Amino acid sequence: MMDAVRTKWMGLLIPIISILLAFLAGAVIMVLSGNNPITGYAALVSGIFGTPYDFGETLQRMTPLIFSGLAVAFAFRAGLLNIGVEGQLIVGWFTAVIAGIVVDLPTLIHIPFAIAAGALAGALWGAVPGFLKARFEVHEVIVTIMMNYIAMHVTNSLIRTYFLESGQRTAIVNESASLESTFLSELTNFSRLHWGFFIAAAACVVMWFILWKMKRGFELRSVGYNKNASMYAGMSVKGNIVLSMTISGAFAGAGGAMVGLGTYGYANILPAFTNIGFDGIAVALLGASTSIGIFLAAFLFGGLQQGANMMQATAGVSPELVEIVIALIIFFVASGYVIRWAIDRIASRKGEK
Amino acid sequence: MDVLYQILVTIVPAALIAAAPLMLTAMGGLFSERSGVVNIGLEGLMVMGAFGGIVGTLMFESFGFGAASPWFGILFAVVIGAIFSLIHAVVSISFRGDQIVSGVALNFLALGLTVFLTREIFDRGQTDTISERLFRTPIPILSDIPIIGPMLFDRVYATTYVAILIVVIVWFVVFKTPFGLRLRSVGEHPMAADTMGIKVLRTRYIGVMMSGALGGAGGAVYAITIAGNFAGGTIVGQGFMALAALIFGKWTPFGAMGAAIFFGLAMALSTSAQQLPGLSAIPQIWFLILPYVLTIFALAGFVGKAEPPKALNQPYTKGSR
Repeated sequence: MMDAVRTKWMGLLIPIISILLAFLAGAVIMVLSGNNPITGYAALVSGIFGTPYDFGETLQRMTPLIFSGLAVAFAFRAGLLNIGVEGQLIVGWFTAVIAGIVVDLPTLIHIPFAIAAGALAGALWGAVPGFLKARFEVHEVIVTIMMNYIAMHVTNSLIRTYFLESGQRTAIVNESASLESTFLSELTNFSRLHWGFFIAAAACVVMWFILWKMKRGFELRSVGYNKNASMYAGMSVKGNIVLSMTISGAFAGAGGAMVGLGTYGYANILPAFTNIGFDGIAVALLGASTSIGIFLAAFLFGGLQQGANMMQATAGVSPELVEIVIALIIFFVASGYVIRWAIDRIASRKGEK
Repeated sequence: MDVLYQILVTIVPAALIAAAPLMLTAMGGLFSERSGVVNIGLEGLMVMGAFGGIVGTLMFESFGFGAASPWFGILFAVVIGAIFSLIHAVVSISFRGDQIVSGVALNFLALGLTVFLTREIFDRGQTDTISERLFRTPIPILSDIPIIGPMLFDRVYATTYVAILIVVIVWFVVFKTPFGLRLRSVGEHPMAADTMGIKVLRTRYIGVMMSGALGGAGGAVYAITIAGNFAGGTIVGQGFMALAALIFGKWTPFGAMGAAIFFGLAMALSTSAQQLPGLSAIPQIWFLILPYVLTIFALAGFVGKAEPPKALNQPYTKGSR
């Protein structure tokens, strides 16, 4: 009983300690580079909460991060590391936008149709490494990395050849497929906040429901815990591997649809990765692959990225400091073993006294 | 025949130039992965190396090293890369963190740190351009050989040949020396190696730091020969391509070298195929995605099964089975 309570606390303690340590390291870097960490972090915080606009933009940035975090977490629950969320998100973005441009439908059908198209594209992109893993035992990490580059080059090439409208981008999606919201935008002083935020919040509930309330979800988690035991119990390990990568890809693709239909309204030729997919790894890791954790972690990272602008404008700290802090958070969470060991050490010392 | 020769003379030097950084970085990856530590962070190590190479060259230029500056710049990058890779080593070997997650974080950190430092030092998003560049020089005698000479020895950087030499050295070290045997045994079966008195953790540290050193060299060579300065967009995917070359080459030095040259060829073709007769009909996209598609095929066993070292991605705990 005591142990169960303790593990639960540890699960909460490690992310919090990791965040604190990372911010502390960020402060040291600021001091070393001749900046004042207090003004720096004050600017960061005011860059997130200072104005309705900043807060709206934070929520806007958070939206695709929730999806990419859910995508990484979903695969992770089944024992797979999906580094390919980036590529799945890119094809989802592209497909959703194309579905929003080429068809004409009433809004109530068009939006779900375009999002579903994006999710489907992402699901297909995720199914490939899933299949290769199940059929040929190829490690999913390398395949997904390769698939990321293929996704970027292929969508860029398709946009360039068939859909180029002005400069480097496609046409704007039809009004009927747009997630943009004048109401939310005006509420937040004309930020790019759109309806996708609520869809993302709903997606958190969907993931929780699939994993914890459905038989399928139980099987997925079971395969993640112990393949052999699951096989012995009569579950199809291979089928569940493909399924988990497919659903993971669908989450990622839907995240891409949010960016395409909500934030920008178009798809453009990408000179480099969006990094939303890679950030999803950090989000899922910090959120311990739980729906609530992912929501909170996405808020933290979305806020950090938004607040970085203010940090540069008012405190003169380069916005890259935020990326350093995010990277350090990942390192510290990954080193959870040592943090746990240190806490145990301190706790047992107290016990002795 | 003439047309084909014309194509080769244009493409082969370009391929060799593009392949040099990939080769060096892939050799780094080989050390790390053969010791049992996955290194997704090669990209970040190359970023660090590119930054170190440019800053080092600028530094030695100001010290008055003249034409030797780029070479010292590369050495500087080697040191920076090795030190930076220690983070990955500590997290994945000593702290037994997830090696893949640590590698991903290493990529983030490298990009954040270098661009941050660039802004602090140069007050803008990119460094100054180095003035002492390495130049393409014809190699005496060899470049006079008919047919092969102009193709292989006329318009290339010395770094390409240094890279090939390093591949040979790596092969010798990994397959012909006691240290190499220990390195490989630690990557295949760390417990057996431990039983034989090999220091598993220390060997893995050396493996990861070698990947930092060589990845740093790869990034520096790219920055010095091809880019000329450093910015956030200098290294975009070359590290992952080096990782792909390592896997496509089945974790062997010469295999990885062949794959790197082949990928270099695909890269050279993607930029210049439009101007070449006979190839202009093939859309650029095929050359762009070729290395990645081939790597997936190689892993799936269509081009001969690529088998990773047995203990790859497994932290070693003494006494565990």
